[in-house]
Amino acid sequence: MIRASNLSKFYGGKRALGPVSFEIKDGETVGFLGLNGAGKTTALRILACDLRPSAGTIEVGGVDAVAEPHEVRKRIGFLPENPPLYTDMNIVDYLGFAGELRGMSRAEVRKRLPDVLDITALGDVSQDPIGTLSHGYRQRVGVAQAIIHQPKFLILDEPTRGLDPVQIVEMRNLIHDLKQNHTVLISSHILTEISQTCDRLLVLGRGKILGVGSEGELAAHEGEIRQITVTIRAPKNPADPYRGDAPKDKEPSAPLDPKADIVKVLNAVAGVKSVAEPYEQGGGWLFALETTQDCRADVSRAVVDAKLDLLKLDYSRSELENTFIRLVGGADASN
Amino acid sequence: MRATSIIYRRELGAYLRSPFAWVIAAVLLLVDGILFQGYALQGEQLSAIVLERFFYFSSGVALAAGLLLSFRLISEERQTHSLVLLNTSPVRDTEIIVGKFLAALTFLAILLLLSLYMPLLIKVRGKISGAQIMVGYLGLFLLGSAALSIGIFASSFAKNQLVAGVSALAILFVMLLLYLFAKKLDGGVREVLQELDLWWIHFQNGFMRGVLNLKDVVYYLAVTYFFLLLAVKTLEAKRWQ
Repeated sequence: MIRASNLSKFYGGKRALGPVSFEIKDGETVGFLGLNGAGKTTALRILACDLRPSAGTIEVGGVDAVAEPHEVRKRIGFLPENPPLYTDMNIVDYLGFAGELRGMSRAEVRKRLPDVLDITALGDVSQDPIGTLSHGYRQRVGVAQAIIHQPKFLILDEPTRGLDPVQIVEMRNLIHDLKQNHTVLISSHILTEISQTCDRLLVLGRGKILGVGSEGELAAHEGEIRQITVTIRAPKNPADPYRGDAPKDKEPSAPLDPKADIVKVLNAVAGVKSVAEPYEQGGGWLFALETTQDCRADVSRAVVDAKLDLLKLDYSRSELENTFIRLVGGADASN
Repeated sequence: MRATSIIYRRELGAYLRSPFAWVIAAVLLLVDGILFQGYALQGEQLSAIVLERFFYFSSGVALAAGLLLSFRLISEERQTHSLVLLNTSPVRDTEIIVGKFLAALTFLAILLLLSLYMPLLIKVRGKISGAQIMVGYLGLFLLGSAALSIGIFASSFAKNQLVAGVSALAILFVMLLLYLFAKKLDGGVREVLQELDLWWIHFQNGFMRGVLNLKDVVYYLAVTYFFLLLAVKTLEAKRWQ
């Protein structure tokens, strides 16, 4: 287990992180999510014992990382944002060097190498100098050095940074495989990557934790706001605010403002929290509704009862992106 | 010290694979050879004087080699981010610095040995003792070792290689000019500064003339230790910044 208590880091007089407290259980895959400058990399570098915290305590597997960093380093594999590679070495020599640095004997490295090359799919280029490899391969070598000593905890800082779409999928599959044997911490500002890979999220903003939990828990914590979009045909006859094809003997109640009337109809539906200003789309008006429950049936019934033409109705549950934007937006507003 | 040995092997391998290191060695040996031919062997001289002249300009070569081989050692790793591997491995900062220093020192020793043919030529043709040559080479080795430690220290605090190189050069110049500064002063300060000078007192008056003084050996070892210690402390401090 990793346990951080009141962890802070200052660069000069500038606060980069904290105070933050969190726990990561064995076997979990936790995503550190945040905008650039949120403190993700600082937090991960402290966990990897690359940096020392300005204040607070951190325990990794029951060992105090500040008092006994060497013990912690043996248990951790770290892939920083820029993989720490020696471009003049070939992959096998480099991994041997990384393994020996982590306390492995040469025999242990020799025994472990085939597995690592297999996991990271580097077998074909194992004798190539690292300087000649593509960015995707270099990233894999970075992962290989992080797992060579079979650490219990694996810390990956922006593992898909700079990769092309194919390489991103490959890296995601690699991380899925690594989850079987390691407690994995991943940082990213790419939401889809985090949501597809992690069991639990830790949302950071301006050095503070803004939310912790699974994607669903974070959404629920935020009131589980859902969004319904309703497209209604714009009335053809201004005399009739509602139906374009309605008889013209009916006098409208003045003043005429069909959009405002429709907003009133939609607002009256139970569960609708707010209705955004409509805009025109495909010959109709699109109304975006924020709701606290799934009230699609009530909305469609209200629209039909009001003798409006319902062209389209879309429903979206609050997704990670919305939750993230709300959390980060909240942090910005409070600062 | 197991980690020191692992880092030493990697760094020495990097020197031996690096065109940069071999280019430095080739250029410095070429300069050494030209000066030997064009300066040391000029006119009819006692062979002891020729040897002194050889060690005189070879000391410049040793200083230059020391700086050029060391100023990139940490700063380059910081720039290319490979330092993170060392920083996140169970390795002490002392082991990192000592491993790198010993690798650079080994390459420096190789470079110095490659120049050995020049004093051997003097010995074949003149009357000098092997001890004189050994003392001179010990001086070059110690002088180069001090320059290496200054370069590693500059490399440990600099963010990039250019700053590291310029800083190392500046420190070296100050250390070389202390004797001249001291001549303008009086009393105890003058003596202290003169003794702290990197070349005039301890090399020119000692090793260059084939005179082995224990205080000169201790001085160079102390300078080397001092700057290596500063480098270790700088690396440690960087983790807190």
